Amino acid sequence: MAKNVFLYALSTCIHCKNTKEFLDNKNIDFDFVYVDKLTGDEREKAIEEVKKYNPKVSFPTIVIDGEKIIVGLNKEEILEACGK
Amino acid sequence: MTPEKLYETLKKIQEPKGYYFNRNKTMVMELMQSLLENKDRYGYMACPCRLASGNQQDDKDIICPCVYRKQDVIEFGSCYCGLYVSKEWNEDKIVHIYVPERRPPEKMKC
Repeated sequence: MAKNVFLYALSTCIHCKNTKEFLDNKNIDFDFVYVDKLTGDEREKAIEEVKKYNPKVSFPTIVIDGEKIIVGLNKEEILEACGK
Repeated sequence: MTPEKLYETLKKIQEPKGYYFNRNKTMVMELMQSLLENKDRYGYMACPCRLASGNQQDDKDIICPCVYRKQDVIEFGSCYCGLYVSKEWNEDKIVHIYVPERRPPEKMKC
């Protein structure tokens, strides 16, 4: 069954861009948000979410099925967590 | 300022200090573009790979080149973004590993 993959990213972050490309190349469906493009309550909510998963609030933060957290483009870990 | 102009300007300043641009020129030019974008929207070149607060004082540690670059390049041969690297990193004399975030979370005020 396909995993629910969500990516917290920054629009200017090269690692985030590479992570999106990697997920695409591996045919892993995902949703994402550019936290730096958000404003107001939406931004605050997203930052709180990231903080919950990754206290350093660094990017990319990848959340798989709401529980497995991967920080940064860690390819092996991503593939394993996505069952690829 | 264009990304190319920023590249030339920074290269002259940073290389003599021992900080070389990543040999991946495409990536470097994308990061030049990101720095200029951050300059436009925040008024200062916030690190492209970190969430800026929009307050220059709160973000002074992550204005590129960030204060963490020195220790990151010493330890990993690369800054957090991968923009600035050591000569050895570019020549594959050291292993390329993912640079963890060194910035203390409490510094982030956004």
